[in-house]
Amino acid sequence: MRYLPHTDIDRAAMLDTIGADSVDALFSDVPSDLYLDGPVEGLPLHASEMAVERHMRRLSKKNLAAADTPFFLGAGAYRHHVPATVDHIIQRGEFLTAYTPYQPEIAQGTLQMLFEFQTQVARLYGCAIANASMYDGSTACWEAMVMAERITKRTRVVCAAGLHPHYVSVATTLARFTRASVDTAVPVLEAGAGEDAIIDRIDEETSCVVVQYPDILGRIPDLQRIADAAHDKGALLIAVNTEPVALGALEAPGDLGADIVVGEGQAIGVGLQFGGPYLGLFAIANPRHVRQMPGRLCGETIDADGKRGFVLTLSTREQHIRREKATSNICTNSGLCALAFSVHMTLLGDAGLSRLAAVNHALACKAADRLGRVPGLKVLNDTFFNEFTVTFDRDARQLVRDLADKGILAGISLGRLFPDEASLSGGLLVTVTETSTEEDIEALANALQEALS
Amino acid sequence: MNINQSGWRPGTPVAADEAIAYPTATGNRALMLEEPLIFEIGTDQTSGVDLPEPDADAPNRLGSFARTKPTGLPGLSEPETVRHYTRLSRQNYAIDLGLFPLGSCTMKHNPRLNEKVARMPGFADVHPLQPTDTVQGALEVIDQLSHWLIALTGMSAVAMSPKAGAHGELCGILCIRAALEARGDPRSVVLVPESAHGTNPATAAFAGYEVEGIPADSDGRVDLAALKNRLGPDVAGVMITNPNTCGLFERDMKTISEAVHAAGGLVYCDGANFNAIMGRVRPGDLGIDAMHINLHKTFSTPHGGGGPGSGPVVLSEALAPFAPLPFVTKHADGSMHLVEEENAGAEFPDSFGRMTAFHGQMGMFTRALTYILSHGADGLRQASGDAVLNANYVLRSLDDVLDAPFGAAGPCMHEALFGDDGFADGLSTLDFSKGLIDEGFHPMTMYFPLVVHGAMLVEPTETESKGALDQFVMAMRSLARRARDGDETLKTAPHHAPRARLDEALAARKPTLTWSEPGG
Repeated sequence: MRYLPHTDIDRAAMLDTIGADSVDALFSDVPSDLYLDGPVEGLPLHASEMAVERHMRRLSKKNLAAADTPFFLGAGAYRHHVPATVDHIIQRGEFLTAYTPYQPEIAQGTLQMLFEFQTQVARLYGCAIANASMYDGSTACWEAMVMAERITKRTRVVCAAGLHPHYVSVATTLARFTRASVDTAVPVLEAGAGEDAIIDRIDEETSCVVVQYPDILGRIPDLQRIADAAHDKGALLIAVNTEPVALGALEAPGDLGADIVVGEGQAIGVGLQFGGPYLGLFAIANPRHVRQMPGRLCGETIDADGKRGFVLTLSTREQHIRREKATSNICTNSGLCALAFSVHMTLLGDAGLSRLAAVNHALACKAADRLGRVPGLKVLNDTFFNEFTVTFDRDARQLVRDLADKGILAGISLGRLFPDEASLSGGLLVTVTETSTEEDIEALANALQEALS
Repeated sequence: MNINQSGWRPGTPVAADEAIAYPTATGNRALMLEEPLIFEIGTDQTSGVDLPEPDADAPNRLGSFARTKPTGLPGLSEPETVRHYTRLSRQNYAIDLGLFPLGSCTMKHNPRLNEKVARMPGFADVHPLQPTDTVQGALEVIDQLSHWLIALTGMSAVAMSPKAGAHGELCGILCIRAALEARGDPRSVVLVPESAHGTNPATAAFAGYEVEGIPADSDGRVDLAALKNRLGPDVAGVMITNPNTCGLFERDMKTISEAVHAAGGLVYCDGANFNAIMGRVRPGDLGIDAMHINLHKTFSTPHGGGGPGSGPVVLSEALAPFAPLPFVTKHADGSMHLVEEENAGAEFPDSFGRMTAFHGQMGMFTRALTYILSHGADGLRQASGDAVLNANYVLRSLDDVLDAPFGAAGPCMHEALFGDDGFADGLSTLDFSKGLIDEGFHPMTMYFPLVVHGAMLVEPTETESKGALDQFVMAMRSLARRARDGDETLKTAPHHAPRARLDEALAARKPTLTWSEPGG
């Protein structure tokens, strides 16, 4: 077994030091009727590197990779080009195989990176402070709701209809077991994002209003207007962003009145990975809320020689210290994904992010115009960034499957996202990024035209 | 928001440098290099990526929300970026550099085959919402890993979506809560023994339960009588860690489970230490209803400087129907089926909902499955045996120079526990640990578990050779002697790390959590 260094001579010498007869004797505290005397039955024995690689490659080949096909999926998970440098850096053993930086003297690499990451996220979101990352966007969103409850001492959450249904689902699942109530709505196929409908639901019991920006149909809601309405009633605005590249082109949510900004950072540096690991981003506009914030924080300090250094800080909020008084379920962050995000963001910089956003938007506009010319198909959105909704008189679920059979991954049917809403079944969310080519767009338009005729 | 307006750099010599022999103008010392922040070296005009020039008359559908001011994000060219992060990496300790004796946190070798496999395009470049026909191999990875986890634990089902150990704990507790509610018997209290992980009470409280502690006995195990006395109709369940945080197997686990079940409660086991018993004891045989498995601890997915983790939860027959969406099932014809909101329907009506947006940590599943297949059933059993052998070797090699409070309680499992009894006045476990840094090792877990004063929890893991252990033991014996003799230089250790002791109190008192221009 190539990962186990001991020879039998080593084992015998060590057992001699311990004073035990055998390795099995070290398990003498296990009742003998519960102790297995050999490998678990029905499972294969160890395999060579070559054999395992062959097995896994075979499984991998059963999947249709995004790069191998015209690909238009998004809805909280985006395909962007990741520079080779990103993967090189995250595979450096000193980052990949390091532990949580609780011993700051020998973890300055991870800590300085986290401090830089926090600053990058805060600036991207237009906020004062960001944490060292969360599990993913959906759990960050739920933790933001819990944080709003602590700040406002209210328990009613109002979710905009355009919030990702999986994020709503995570919140309603967890709210069921706690004190909160989650008021949700289902989107209607209208061009505007329906700010009036959200504002009407805000009342004096409302702890927070949760608005996705851009929303699940690709529309761009008027955050400032909703923020003003929420603040009038003493509620907080939580802005949710699932596509950080959009913030290279759009105003930062923190600058539009959001009190807490959360999101999914996967689009920068992380890759699709069939849904995880992803990168939850979490930032706050008001520094006074920092002690109510979930997750790890890295802070600047000095060492005994007066040199600048970094440490994890304010950890008295965390589970392993506060035990039953802890304020969140977060016991880790997504350190390596945060590193990938930070490296990619450093390669981009303001200039690169703005340009990447412009390229995404321009291609998405082209695609919307081209699809809009397909008979029987209507483009819903008048505003969007790099994803938009198209509608037609057919169940989009079947259409997506039919196009997949032809080797085109056309988008995500709203029926899959909102299975209980018949009114949305003729909707398809189409996402275009810099990885899409004009040929891909043409292929999608032609395939849709054929399918709809 | 400025970037690099002042030209200020760290490395500007600080007062203390005058005390250092042979000061340098840069603050660098040969291969030990000081590295500025990206905000101090980047600019808003620099970029390390090439992108097409945007079309000047491209359409704009951003509405009235187009960005009007810069983000303040610094950019670096590609070579500057590589150099920045490579320099930072050299200030980190890592398992690739040496032994990481962190008890309960389990830092073992991370095979590079795992990394290679996780990057195969069929795993790395697929979207979670692709039509299931196009991701049969990815679903098969989940199914095969599930099969191993179920077989190794002797349980009925596994929930794969939890994103970390604590998230898995929450999943298990919510399954318990859903099951009790389904039988019309909601209860209010969860019992957590002292020897359990610190996250356990946090999880139970987060799920809406009152938390009550159960003491440890003088042996470092759960006080069985105290536990039995507390059971009653208000107790939803017990959260127990086995092997526990004292590094000991809970001998009475089966008796405990039977007592909890008889009182109408359910048993959660924190599986963070499953690596000690895998292939040798099946938690299902111990009567456990739910247990999370930290894939990074037991199945070698990398820790990554603090995540991402992954915490699948194995479930007993009683809890299996309540598992969260989504999950994978296999049809008779061998095709893989994804159960989510769209199709859970009448077949899976009791699922308690969704814990995360997509299917969990797929990138960790491919790594864990690769590791499991490499070891096989025989190798996994050997791994737990070698882990326990190594821990006992360390325990017996040090128990004459360090206090080992439960050293007489029988063999330890995968980790050896020491206390600070015997240290000279004024010297602490912290000083001892910082001394270990100078010896070239990462410190062990400190001040945990809480039941031992000045605790030091040492877990060598199965991937350390006898030679590496002997060198570690030598360093520990030297430090034990210095701590006993009151060596004052320990109080200012480490002396050879990239940084001397950092002022953590200052960081908490005046939090500086983002960079801003000095004086700006």
